[in-house]
Amino acid sequence: MTTVFDPSAAAAQATDAILRDTLHGTARGVVVDSPPGAGKSTLVVRAALELAEAGHPLMVVAQTNAQVDDLVLRLAEKNPELPVGRLHSSDADPYDKALDGLENVRKSAKAADLAGLSVVISTAAKWAHVKVDEPWPYAIVDEAYQMRSDALLAVAGLFERALFVGDPGQLDPFAIVGSEQWAGLAYDPSASAVTTLLAHNPELPQHRLPVSWRLPASAAPLVSDAFYPYTPFRSGTGPGDRTLAFAVPSDGSGPDRVIDEAAASGWGLLELPARHTPRTDPEAVRAVATVVRRLLDRAGAATSELPAPSPLTADRIAVGTAHRDQAAAVRAALAGLGVTDVVVDTANRLQGREYDVTVVLHPLSGRPDATAFHLETGRLCVLASRHRHACIVVCRAGVTDLLDDYPSTEPVQLGTVVKFPDGWEANHAVLAHLAEHRVTWRP
Amino acid sequence: MSLISTLARLEAVSTGRAQPAATVRHRHLGDRPLVFVPLITAGEAGAPLGALVGTDRDAPRLLAVPQPRDRDLRFAFLAELADIVLPYVDGYAETVEAAERTETDPETGKRVKVEVDLCADAPQLIVPSRAGIDLVRLLGRSMRFRRTAEQDPEAPYPAPPRVPLLGRWLTHFGERARVPGSSLLLAMTDVLGRHWVTGQSTLEDQHLGALLAWIDPPEGVTGAEAALRAELERDEQGQLTCPPAGPATDPAFDNKLLAPAIERYDRARTALAAAEDGLEADDRLGALTAAEREIRDLVLSRTRPTWDAVWRGLDLLRELPEGARVEERWTRDRWSFTGHRDRVLAGEPPQPRRDDAVTAANKLATREREQARLEAQEALDDPLVMAGRRLSGEAFAGEVTDVVMAYSDGKRPSPRPLVTVRTDDRPQLGERTKVYRSLGGKPQSAEFVAAEEDGACVVLRVLDKMGRGKEPEPGSVPEKGDRVCFTLFEHEQRGGAKLPDPEETPWTHGGPPGEAALEAADPVTEEDVL
Repeated sequence: MTTVFDPSAAAAQATDAILRDTLHGTARGVVVDSPPGAGKSTLVVRAALELAEAGHPLMVVAQTNAQVDDLVLRLAEKNPELPVGRLHSSDADPYDKALDGLENVRKSAKAADLAGLSVVISTAAKWAHVKVDEPWPYAIVDEAYQMRSDALLAVAGLFERALFVGDPGQLDPFAIVGSEQWAGLAYDPSASAVTTLLAHNPELPQHRLPVSWRLPASAAPLVSDAFYPYTPFRSGTGPGDRTLAFAVPSDGSGPDRVIDEAAASGWGLLELPARHTPRTDPEAVRAVATVVRRLLDRAGAATSELPAPSPLTADRIAVGTAHRDQAAAVRAALAGLGVTDVVVDTANRLQGREYDVTVVLHPLSGRPDATAFHLETGRLCVLASRHRHACIVVCRAGVTDLLDDYPSTEPVQLGTVVKFPDGWEANHAVLAHLAEHRVTWRP
Repeated sequence: MSLISTLARLEAVSTGRAQPAATVRHRHLGDRPLVFVPLITAGEAGAPLGALVGTDRDAPRLLAVPQPRDRDLRFAFLAELADIVLPYVDGYAETVEAAERTETDPETGKRVKVEVDLCADAPQLIVPSRAGIDLVRLLGRSMRFRRTAEQDPEAPYPAPPRVPLLGRWLTHFGERARVPGSSLLLAMTDVLGRHWVTGQSTLEDQHLGALLAWIDPPEGVTGAEAALRAELERDEQGQLTCPPAGPATDPAFDNKLLAPAIERYDRARTALAAAEDGLEADDRLGALTAAEREIRDLVLSRTRPTWDAVWRGLDLLRELPEGARVEERWTRDRWSFTGHRDRVLAGEPPQPRRDDAVTAANKLATREREQARLEAQEALDDPLVMAGRRLSGEAFAGEVTDVVMAYSDGKRPSPRPLVTVRTDDRPQLGERTKVYRSLGGKPQSAEFVAAEEDGACVVLRVLDKMGRGKEPEPGSVPEKGDRVCFTLFEHEQRGGAKLPDPEETPWTHGGPPGEAALEAADPVTEEDVL
């Protein structure tokens, strides 16, 4: 007898087990691996509410101010009565103005002002400056795989036990100076917080969220196979549950054809002629901008499990690049086409965000070499897993050959955990899949 | 590689000469640096073959190990090295000046200023290449845990008296060299590579001879030709005319010259040991001394060209004026030197084999802060470096075309003038991006308001450093016609959060490190005894 996979039931089962371990378990820590869009934030909010309801004061550690503000808003939405503290820096405009409208949220730059509140939320950087006599009984550490080990070292004295939630497939934290000196040590300060935590506490319970609610049925298998080969996940929606339709028909140009291909299959590769280019390849940048312009012009509508089809507006589209100067170039090109409100950012900053359609400038497009930075698995994973409907990749031809010319040459360090798959393999897997949705175009 | 260095590299190729990458010197050079040109033996990690060392370019001290695998001779080499390096280091330990340091008072927990000694100057070690820095580190590691007969009368192979101390100092130099912008221990190729861009790859720049050939080629020869000659040209004996800067030697030298000389030395030594009477022994001692001299001459012949090259590099660097903020960074080096001097004087144990979790995190934080500081300071000190940042959109320079007075909202309005800057640069400015300019050495911040005339004009709102009054202090706001340069990066680095003490390492990082267990020495195997 074959059982039908019920995504909701599988996800609920995983969540229950996590909450049981967190609230009633004996271990000092619980680690949750979450693939892209698997309801990580929902889990964090739910765990926070249940801990607060059980009367446990809770501190929440997130990595960026945007993540902190987002969590505060979500908490307030679920339970407007819950007293929440937002600990912020003393810079100008330290938090989202939307928080000022929430009655139960107290904001302060001093931890002492927030004492006694059920939940206090801040960034790891701000928590590091806090001193307490009595540690918090519980903490939730969000995006723990993007947190550096030394950042955890600075805050771990503040809590007795913690729930660590994060996505192991995204970008690893990095240091701007060499840290080979400590490679292989369990507490390598440049490693991720979870790596250090598990190296010292291998007995901690580890859980995994099995269903991605964000990624469509067309994307989950590829992302799962390419980036999470040993911990596969499924999409919450089935084939055909999500569709993308355009009111304005194609004009037959490359950008329009790749938009139609992506609308039909979930993926599109707009391939420009092979060429070595500077990082801000003007043709590729223009191609990205044109695709975005056409996406908006063609009056798209996204149908999903949500009640009504939603129009594909500028805030539902994002552009992802590898470098900041590329993002700046795309922004300038978009402004030239009259588009100003589409998010254009690097992979690092798109982490944790969700859009209907993403347009990606491939990290290896036009490059003469493939460095460790450009091959990093997490970078491609972030760029290829931000979308609910479709992802369009703009790339110069010849990346497959480039990959074959540049096998991984990073020195092997004794005692370090080798991550699978490596960027080389993941890049090949994604390119092989994209090749089936290729539209070649000479601008 | 940044766009400007790519351009400089292309220009170096087309002109046949290295192009300047800096207009000032970004590293401190002391009056009396100690130059150390070491050589090692192939096939055994960290077995020294010899070295030229000293502070006088015309009178280097030659050290040589005629049989590098003989542990006694190796110790003799290290003891001799200690006799040169330690007096040099000690020479800087005694002259001090009064300085203030902020410390946490152990009783009240408050931050208080305390008066402490700061060494007025610090020693400076210069090696030819990056591999030389690695060797300094390796020598330090191999020596600092050694026990002398005085420390441990039971030790089977006691080290000569000052060798462990030399190990601790070399370890300190090696660790300090990892801090960006520090100058206690410098590799000549790195410093030259910071100030000139050649027409070869950065890997090829690790060859000191080739690098100097690009920077200062002989009359009538292009840098590329001179560099190729430095890398490849061999004499009639098949030896490189410009020997590698080490510490590794050329295999042709090892095989053709060094190995036979060591062989002769070994034979002479065996013969001396087998001598049956005094007369015979005298003869054979003469032969041994001759064999030893031969090896010393060989070591000298391979190190002297590098020695001269290092001094030539120093000459070239001294022609550049020192950058304005180099002195400040050197003061940090002096603090680091003073701190280690105090630890040695206080009788603290040598640096541990591995950093604990807290020390490692603190070091990483310091180095990241120093890296950011160095990048900002180099740009502020040097218009050519700033040009590179402007080219990559991280800074912009231009002329002030308009200043409109404006005020902040609130009970006490403060000046927030709007300044329009006309620039040819293309900075990556977004909504309310913060920018900074240097005003009397202190950073003044402003935020981006709008771009006008298709990006040719940038409107900024100046935010601070205008005094407390309603009207900005004179000179604190740019005026029409002023040339200004704003950066998108910050000029000063904030200190990071204080980490817990090592004894309070949290459970996530394995808990407190505990008493360092004294590790037993590795058991002696057959291979250890030759």
